[in-house]
Amino acid sequence: MIRDITIGQYYPANSLIHRLDPRVKIVCTLIFLVSLFVQNSFLGYMIATVFLAAVIKISKVPLKFIVKGLKAIVILLMFTVVMNLFLTKGGEELVHIGFIRIYENGLRTCVFMAIRLIYLIIGSSLMTLTTTPNMLTDGIEKLLHPLNKIHCPVHEVAMMMSIALRFIPILLEETDKIMKAQIARGADMESGNLIQRTKAMVPILVPLFVSAFRRANDLAMAMEARCYHGGDGRTKMKPLIYRGTDYMAYTVTILYMIAVVVIGHFVAFKLWIF
Amino acid sequence: MNMVQAEELVYEYEKRDDEGNVIGMNRAIDEVDIDVEPGQFVAILGHNGSGKSTLAKHINAILVPTGGVMWVNGRDTRKPEELMSVRQSAGMVFQNPDNQIIGTVVEEDVGFGPENLGVPTDEIWTRVEESLRAVGMIEYRTHSPNKLSGGQKQRVAIAGVIAMTPQCIVLDEPTAMLDPNGRKEVLETVQELRKRKHVTVILITHYMEEVIDADKVYVMDSGHVVMQGTPREIFSQVDELKKYHLDVPQVTMLAEELRKRGLGLPRGILRREELVKYTVDLWKSRKNRDVKM
Repeated sequence: MIRDITIGQYYPANSLIHRLDPRVKIVCTLIFLVSLFVQNSFLGYMIATVFLAAVIKISKVPLKFIVKGLKAIVILLMFTVVMNLFLTKGGEELVHIGFIRIYENGLRTCVFMAIRLIYLIIGSSLMTLTTTPNMLTDGIEKLLHPLNKIHCPVHEVAMMMSIALRFIPILLEETDKIMKAQIARGADMESGNLIQRTKAMVPILVPLFVSAFRRANDLAMAMEARCYHGGDGRTKMKPLIYRGTDYMAYTVTILYMIAVVVIGHFVAFKLWIF
Repeated sequence: MNMVQAEELVYEYEKRDDEGNVIGMNRAIDEVDIDVEPGQFVAILGHNGSGKSTLAKHINAILVPTGGVMWVNGRDTRKPEELMSVRQSAGMVFQNPDNQIIGTVVEEDVGFGPENLGVPTDEIWTRVEESLRAVGMIEYRTHSPNKLSGGQKQRVAIAGVIAMTPQCIVLDEPTAMLDPNGRKEVLETVQELRKRKHVTVILITHYMEEVIDADKVYVMDSGHVVMQGTPREIFSQVDELKKYHLDVPQVTMLAEELRKRGLGLPRGILRREELVKYTVDLWKSRKNRDVKM
């Protein structure tokens, strides 16, 4: 289950999208997500599809890999589709079998919602697939930098995020070790109902937390020993600098957004009327 | 000026009971005097709880003495304004390789120290490359530290310290969590650095074999320095060392046992080759004597 979630995974490749500044990717992803929700026409979604397909093609990430990420939302997707299909009223009645009534508007919203959800997941996983977690935190740090003025500890939060990312595999390994140690002592983690199995997690979580705190203490000491003193006066080994391609990407995305809004609202609206 | 100098160093902390009430003071370090000259290789020995790690943390100003003074490169570690320069001049490598690597990529971790010091970006890159080359980890620069072996991780940690261009490196039991291969790897790296960059090395350990090459050895027990001298001087006192729960290297032990049984060997033999040489000499002189008779 956990393995199916592609959000947060990185797919190493050398493509134009991979080399883009993480700030560009974050902002453009946000623009793309907004573009999915500000319009309501097939033509608009056609443009979104073309845009997304082009980006996937350029990113060199195999489509299979991206689609795998959708598995995690299948249930949510089904739920939304079914709910919208049967509960939205308005427009022409298309199907009427017993108590099941499907209206034209219901069909439209259900299809649009499905497209929105799928594109939302694909769009955001495409960002994490092409950006290393470190670059991502760097990008977020730089983007949120203005918040420093209202005394928001942006650098510290970004540092915490990147350390958390570094320790995920270590803690997973540790969980595995503790689990084995407890099984060797006769702990039973497979049988019983949900509540019993949840209770069986306690002997794993307690040592895990103890060890995590110990690690945190050690790491804090090691960071201090290497002169860490917060974000002030710190230089960057890999500073984020916009290049030509980054401005290009911004331009393309903004043009796409304008196209979606204009076509989605005016052109499609007219087509609908006539 | 000495690189590191402790004058009657005392470190006390409050002892608390289960409810958190102070029930007395505990002296982890009790009036310790230590001096390390630039370029020296000094080893500090002691069993668990002898205060050797606490002493090491004073050199890097992670702990500040509650009594006495600790001078590092001529700076008083108690002064907050000297903190950064103390930590820059005395880098520290810790025991657990996993808990001291901050970066998610090897080169980023090595760059962490220079970044904190505010070194310009171009220079960070040259320093990172140079340090990784010095510890022989340059081909792993873009790897994730999680996939490295323990010895390799410690070498990355050493590179991270070197990138801050310290005059002195303190290694706090760097090999305690490593297998024999990893231990050898790390110690060879340290020796290599000492030769090439002439940094002062302070090695905290309880492995006797690691201190044979040291210029000076301090033995600590319950917060005191109980013995000091060259490795040969220290290891010739086998019985005294046993009192502090320390073992001498196997070769020294063997030579000592042989000596006790009446073989004419000198005290404080440290290396296998030495023992071989002395026994062969002994055997030759006996044969000569036999021939004469």
